[in-house]
Amino acid sequence: MEPHYPLFYVFHFYLFGVIALASALAFVTRKSPVPAALWLVNTMFSLAVLFVMLDAEFIGVMQVLVYAGAIMVVFLFVVMLLNLGAPSELADMRGTGWKLAAGLVGLALLAEIMVIARTKLPEQLVVAPNFNEQQMQKLNAVGMIAEPLFRDYLLAFELTSVLLLVAIAGAVVLGRGRAAGAR
Amino acid sequence: MLAESLALSAALFIIGVVGVLVHRNAIIIFMCVELMLTAVNLTFVAFSRFYGAAGQVFVVFVMTVSAAEAAVGLAIIIAIFRHRQTIDLKDINLLRG
Amino acid sequence: MLLQTAELTAAQAHPLSGTMAEWVWLLPLLPLAGFVINGLLSLNGARLGPDDPNTPEHHSHSDGAAEAHAVSHAEETGSAGDDHHAVKRHRWAGVTSIVGAGVLILTFLLALGIWRAMVEAHPEVPFIQTYFSWMPAGDLQIDAAFQLDQLSMVMILVITGVGALIHIFSVGYMREDPGYPRYFSYLNLFVSFMLVLVLGANYPVLFVGWEGVGLCSYLLIGFWFNDKTNADAGKKAFIVNRIGDFGLLVAMFMLFANIGVLDFAGVSGRAIQLGAGSVLVTTICLFMFLGCVGKSAQIPLYIWLPDAMAGPTPVSALIHAATMVTAGVYLIARSAFLFSLSPVASLTVAIIGAVTAIFAATIGLKQWDIKKVLAYSTISQLGYMFVGVGVGAYVSGMFHLVTHAFFKALLFLGSGSVIYAMHAAYHHTHSGEDAQDMRNMGGLKRYLPITWVLMWIATLAISGIPPFSGFFSKDEILSAVFARAHGSTLASASWLGIPGSTLLYVIYALGLAAALLTAIYMTRMMLYTFHGPSRAGAEEEKHLHEAPWVMTGPLVVLGILTAVGGWLNLPEVITDLVPIGPREVLAHWLEPVVGAATARVAGGAPHVDAATEEMLIGVAVAIAVAGIVFAIVRLKPDRVPRKRDAVPEFGFEGVVANKYYVDEGIDRAIVTPTYAISRSFLWRVVDNGLIDGLLVNGSAAVARGFGWMGSRLQTGNVGIYAWVLVVGVLAMLGAFTLR
Repeated sequence: MEPHYPLFYVFHFYLFGVIALASALAFVTRKSPVPAALWLVNTMFSLAVLFVMLDAEFIGVMQVLVYAGAIMVVFLFVVMLLNLGAPSELADMRGTGWKLAAGLVGLALLAEIMVIARTKLPEQLVVAPNFNEQQMQKLNAVGMIAEPLFRDYLLAFELTSVLLLVAIAGAVVLGRGRAAGAR
Repeated sequence: MLAESLALSAALFIIGVVGVLVHRNAIIIFMCVELMLTAVNLTFVAFSRFYGAAGQVFVVFVMTVSAAEAAVGLAIIIAIFRHRQTIDLKDINLLRG
Repeated sequence: MLLQTAELTAAQAHPLSGTMAEWVWLLPLLPLAGFVINGLLSLNGARLGPDDPNTPEHHSHSDGAAEAHAVSHAEETGSAGDDHHAVKRHRWAGVTSIVGAGVLILTFLLALGIWRAMVEAHPEVPFIQTYFSWMPAGDLQIDAAFQLDQLSMVMILVITGVGALIHIFSVGYMREDPGYPRYFSYLNLFVSFMLVLVLGANYPVLFVGWEGVGLCSYLLIGFWFNDKTNADAGKKAFIVNRIGDFGLLVAMFMLFANIGVLDFAGVSGRAIQLGAGSVLVTTICLFMFLGCVGKSAQIPLYIWLPDAMAGPTPVSALIHAATMVTAGVYLIARSAFLFSLSPVASLTVAIIGAVTAIFAATIGLKQWDIKKVLAYSTISQLGYMFVGVGVGAYVSGMFHLVTHAFFKALLFLGSGSVIYAMHAAYHHTHSGEDAQDMRNMGGLKRYLPITWVLMWIATLAISGIPPFSGFFSKDEILSAVFARAHGSTLASASWLGIPGSTLLYVIYALGLAAALLTAIYMTRMMLYTFHGPSRAGAEEEKHLHEAPWVMTGPLVVLGILTAVGGWLNLPEVITDLVPIGPREVLAHWLEPVVGAATARVAGGAPHVDAATEEMLIGVAVAIAVAGIVFAIVRLKPDRVPRKRDAVPEFGFEGVVANKYYVDEGIDRAIVTPTYAISRSFLWRVVDNGLIDGLLVNGSAAVARGFGWMGSRLQTGNVGIYAWVLVVGVLAMLGAFTLR
């Protein structure tokens, strides 16, 4: 089902995959939030590359813009606002026993996911191999997403906008603090 | 590339889970959750190659929700920090029953 | 209520349908109505006031004192009490007298009507009325049905007739008792259940009556339950009875398992399928006999009957002499089709009956309480009845049942009169002596002449002196034993290795010996009670007198019945010699019911030749006369000390006087270990430890533990919550992967 990939492609895919994995591992093992955040940004970038390589250009760009550019920046804002990176504020990780247990749980979950992933995928959902190219030619990359989004999933789109509104209101209220809180 | 993408996605997800379990710093736990969500995004995108653009549409939603959640969550953390001057999880146990 | 009558053929209805016999269902219902009415009346005075004479502090002396106390009080003092107790006659005593006794009189009249219908109709098959389907459970189909045939008619007449007389006697005897309506309600209930027992068309309905009379016996024995000995006597009767009931139940189960029906018509039709003489039918019969042993007080389950004398004397007369204890004999006669198939079981019945007869007679020789003498006499005579039905002479057994009902009821009621008189006397002199002990009596014939004459009639009857009824019935049984010993299915069978004929001769000898002892101890009783000098004391003698006519009247009627009852079944050999009356009325009457079974057991000639039988009669009479003469000559009433001067007996006499220490033995061997096991093991370990501790408290502790574990999850620590979440996901996915 998969077309034959050129070596160039495969090499870069693996390269950025490894980078993503290594960055994630580095992120998890940091104690301080700031380096952790930066490692996570690195992971996001690598994943964005992978997205582009997987014919999801729009998503890749969105990953950089939204995840790495907005969400992680907000994280770093909060860290710096509350001065959480200072050594006196650092919270430790759990003890060795906990870490071992967590590792085991993780491995177990991985094993289960791999078992489940071996199930056969239903054939009727699979589209033609050159479906994506056709779509790309008909519309461009953005159009490829926009068409289903505003047609088939319009309701979800609208609901998401409501969700964003609620989130904004919530964030404002929660972030305002006691002095200006509603009484 | 589907199998590799899925494997990578699973690995990243597991790393995120382990991170949630191991850390006691609320901010880092939050960031691990973001990592998990990103891993799921990778899965969706990997599948969208074979099943049409619906996967990518879903990624849009995931990202949106993730952003909203991050905003609200960080606001909560700020509020907690204001009251307790700490974000260590072991000190945040007012819900004890 | 659906009334269906059994049809002989499709075209021919039962000769009794459409006659008075259709009202047979009313027979148990009338006394039941009496029970309800009297029961409701009794609720009125049910609270025990401080002036109730039945509380223990009023009666620290013997049980007999309690009963006669109630009787004698109002006679002299009206209804106001004397110095230390006020006797309260129950408010509704008058209504109770009319309802309680009247119900029985009505029932007897109805029974007479039904009997007349039967005499006219001559039914060959039983008249069965089915009311409703009681237990339809797959293969088991049991109906609530009554069966009217000649055998049940005999029992009905005895129950209602003698019962009516005893109820009338009770009116005089128990009227002053505060529990008077309760007494009559129990007594009526008893009669109702007894009628259900004899009318039942199948074993389960019979069993309902069986259990019901056991219950009423318990209630009536423990009538004055405030005294612990009375309550214990009631319990003992019920528990020992229960042991027998287990036997009857097992017999029913085995019958159903092998034949599939439990109604008498069905079983008698299919009994032959069990195999004549087989182990199966023997086992069934032996288990059924176990029920009879319990109910009719044979060895080894006789121990409750002497204790049952703690109840009021009319109760002893009705239940423990005339009716309930004879239910066992009735059951065997009813199941004649089974017992006639098993020579071993029949021999067992006969031998146990004979051994019981002589064993109880020996104990009766040394008893001083007048009611205990009569109790052991009852056990002994019941032994005779079982000998009769055991050797297949079902008619003879039933005949002795009827005559025994007459003379034993007379004896008990007469002793009631005596006790009543003694107690009245003691009450006047405020003496605390035992009114039931013969050592305190003597010379009563001067003061109670009517009772004296009537009781002598009964004594002669029970000893077997012609022409009184007991002679005919007892003699018939002994002749039947002798005849079977000569030639029958029993004689050819072998019992535990002993040949049947030998055993039957032994039974005959035991029967004669028991007859001798019976004559002796009954004469002894009469001598010590009525003859000789009076040991009651000069003061008391002034207050001794005959009971009022409401009590003496039934005695007279019973006396007449005792005297002429023998005419019910005059044997051939006598009517051939001296034509004094109709021949073998009862045998002809019961022929359709037990005739076939009797013939099956007899096998050959049912009677010995006339000469042998005349000799047997002569031997029996001679023995009876010898016993009476021996007693008169050897037992000197003037040498008897009063009870308070009595010395304890030693040696073999002591053993007999103490009833061979059977009760003490059972207490040591069975009762005490049972108590010990119950207290140390069953109570502490099983009840407290296992059931209370482990199951009840333990399950509560487990629930509490689970709750505690659950509460530990609510730490409030978000990190822990995350852990729980992830582990939960792991588990859920695990369910999918591992499937």
